[in-house]
Amino acid sequence: MQVIRDDGSLDPKLDPGLSIDEVVALYKAMVRTRIVDDRLERTQRQGRIAFHVGSLGEEAAIVGAAAALRDRDWIVPCYREVGALLWRGYPLQQYVDHMYGNAGDPVRGRQMPDHTFSRAKRYLAVSAPIGTQIPHAVGLAMAIKKRELDECVGVFFGDGATSSNDFHAAMNFAGVFQPPVLFLCRNNGFAISLPVERQTATRTLAEKAAAYRIPAARVDGNDALAVVAAVREGVQRAANGGGPTFIELLTYRLGGHSTSDDPTVYRSDEEVEAWRNNDPLPRLRKHIERCKVWSDELDADWRAVCEREVKECVRHAEEKPASELSAMFTDVYAELPWHLREQQAQALRGPRAGAEEGES
Amino acid sequence: MTEMNLVQAIQSALRGALREDENVLLMGEDIGALGGVFRVTQGLREEFGPDRVLDAPLSETGILGTAIGMALHGLRPVSEIQFADFIFPGFDQLVSEAAKYRYRTAGEFHVPMVVRTPYGGGIRGGQYHSQSPEALFIHTPGLKVVCPSNPYDAKGLLLDAIADDDPVLFFEPKRVYRAVKMEVPETTYRVPLGEAKVVRPGEKITCLAWGAMLYEAFAAAEEVAEQGVDVEVIDLRTLWPLDLETIVSSVKKTGRVVIVHEAPRTCGFGGELVALIVEHAFLYLEAPPVRVTGWDTPFPLTHEREYLPLAHRIVPALLETAGY
Repeated sequence: MQVIRDDGSLDPKLDPGLSIDEVVALYKAMVRTRIVDDRLERTQRQGRIAFHVGSLGEEAAIVGAAAALRDRDWIVPCYREVGALLWRGYPLQQYVDHMYGNAGDPVRGRQMPDHTFSRAKRYLAVSAPIGTQIPHAVGLAMAIKKRELDECVGVFFGDGATSSNDFHAAMNFAGVFQPPVLFLCRNNGFAISLPVERQTATRTLAEKAAAYRIPAARVDGNDALAVVAAVREGVQRAANGGGPTFIELLTYRLGGHSTSDDPTVYRSDEEVEAWRNNDPLPRLRKHIERCKVWSDELDADWRAVCEREVKECVRHAEEKPASELSAMFTDVYAELPWHLREQQAQALRGPRAGAEEGES
Repeated sequence: MTEMNLVQAIQSALRGALREDENVLLMGEDIGALGGVFRVTQGLREEFGPDRVLDAPLSETGILGTAIGMALHGLRPVSEIQFADFIFPGFDQLVSEAAKYRYRTAGEFHVPMVVRTPYGGGIRGGQYHSQSPEALFIHTPGLKVVCPSNPYDAKGLLLDAIADDDPVLFFEPKRVYRAVKMEVPETTYRVPLGEAKVVRPGEKITCLAWGAMLYEAFAAAEEVAEQGVDVEVIDLRTLWPLDLETIVSSVKKTGRVVIVHEAPRTCGFGGELVALIVEHAFLYLEAPPVRVTGWDTPFPLTHEREYLPLAHRIVPALLETAGY
C-alpha cells in the first residue's frame, strides 16, 4: 500500500485526507526526530552518553503511526519509537536528561538510555527483552474492552520479535479475545545483524496474522501517509468493536541497530544506498512542496530550529548533577521494605566507587 | 463462620474480591466451566460471567503477559498457573516485566497482579507436578512471595495480596488443599502480608516452615516434645518481604534453629534464612543452623516420601540440634 506517488501527488483512493497543516506537522515531527537522533548519536560518539538506539529511515513508520492514533489511545513501544513520544508532546529536555541519567532523568538513572515511558502520554515503558511488550498491549486492550472505553492500543515491535514466543502468545490471545489492539510491526530488514529473510520462512510477516485470524495489511512504511491511512483503518476497526489489526510496516534501518553496532560487516553499501533513495523524509517533503506549502528556505529554517533546540537540551542536561544514589532503592515496591532500607543505609554509608573515569 | 478446607477458603477469597471490586478478574487455564484442575474456581464463572472469569488459551506467557497489561490499565488480575512447574514459559514476564515495571518507570506505572499457583509434592505428581520454585521469585527484586499453610490464612493473605499494589506470587500447598479444615469467616477479612506467625511456642529450638511442610514441622515438634525437647514452630506465611523480626527474636530466645522446605537445598530459601539468622543473631546461637529440605535432584516419583522433608527426617534434626 502506497499513497505518495513518485511525483509527490497522492493516490486519491488511499489518501487518508489529512489537512495540509497536519501533513506539514507530520513532516516537521519526522525531521525533528531525525535531528534529535543525529545529535544524540554524535553525543554518544563523543563519549558523552553511553548509548543510543535511533530510528534513522524509520521516521514515517513511527511518527506516522503515532499521528494516526488518537491522544487517548495507548502506545506500547519497542525501543526505537521516541519519535512517537515526542509527537505526543513529551518534553525534549526530559528525554535528553534521561539519555544522560542525570538528576532530571524521569527514571532516576536506573535504565540505559532510550528506555522512555510516560503515563501522561499513555506511552508504556521500553523494555529490552524482545517481544515481551506485545502481550502487555493485548492485556491493556482486554482491559479497555472490559471497561467499554473508546480507546485502543498500538504496539510497536520489529521483524525479529515475530520469532519470540511472546509475539505468538499475544497474537493468539488477541485472536481469541478480540480486544482493540493494533500490532505495528516495523519490518526494517534486520534484527541486529540477521536479515528478515533468515528470521522466518514466510514470505511476508503480515501473513502470520492469518494463523490467528487477525486482519492484516502490508504497507510502505516509508510513505508516511500510507502509514497514517493503514493505522487509521485499524483504529476504526478497533473503535467499531472489530478487534485487532496487524500492520506490517515495510521500512529499512538506515543506521546501525544501536550505537554499539557495526552494520558494515553484515550488509553492503549498495543495499543501504538503494534505501537511502527511498528515504521517508524527502518523499513526504516532495508532497508538501508540490502543494506549495514548503520550500528549501522553510526546510532550512526548521532544521535550524530543531538543531538549536536539541543543542540547548544537551547543554542543560550536561549541567545537571547525576541522579541521587538513594533513589537506587526506591520504587522496587510501593513501600520500602526493611531489607532495602537496610541496604540503602549501607550504600549511603559507603565506601563508594565514586565517579567513573570521564564522568563528571 | 463456616468450616472450609484450603480450596474452599481460597475460593471464598476470590468470590469476595470479585464481589467487592469490579476491577478484579480471574484468568487461567481451565478455570471456567471446569473450575480449574483443583476446582478452586468452581462456580465462579457462572456467578460472575466469562468476562471476569476467563478461560485462557494454553500459554503461561500469554496469561502472565496480558495480566501485566490489564494491571497497567488499573485492573487487578488474579492469574492461575495450573501447576507451579508450568510457570516457566511465563518466567520472563514475571522476572523481566512485572517485577521491574514500577522501578523502571520510577513509580509512574505499577502492576497490581496476583499469580496463584499450586506447588509442592506429596501427590504422586512426579517431577512436573511437584516442584517448589519459590526461591527463584524471592531472588527477584520487585516480587512478593506468599505461601499460606491453612484455610484461614490462605483467605486473608489472598485478599491482602489482591489489594496489594505490587505483583504477588501466591503459592498454594496442593498437598493440603483438602486435607485441612477449619472455621473461616465469610467476611473479606485480611491477613497482612509480611507477618509470620508462631504456631507453637517453645523454648529449646526454633523451627521455620511454610506451606505443606508446616504440618510436618508441627508433627515433628509434637513428637520430640515427648522426649522433652520444646520446639517453637514458626509459619513464615509471607516468604518475601520476610518477617525477620519474629524469626530473630525467637532464635535469640532458643539459640537453635531448624529450617524445613521442600525445594532443593542448594540456593533454597533456607540458605538465605540461615545467612540472615547468622547475621542478626550470631552471638545467640548455641548450635549450627540446620536445613531439612528436598534433595538436590529433580523431584522424583516413587520415592517422593524420601525426597520430601517429612517428620521422619525433621525429628532427628531436632534431636541432634537440641543435643548439640
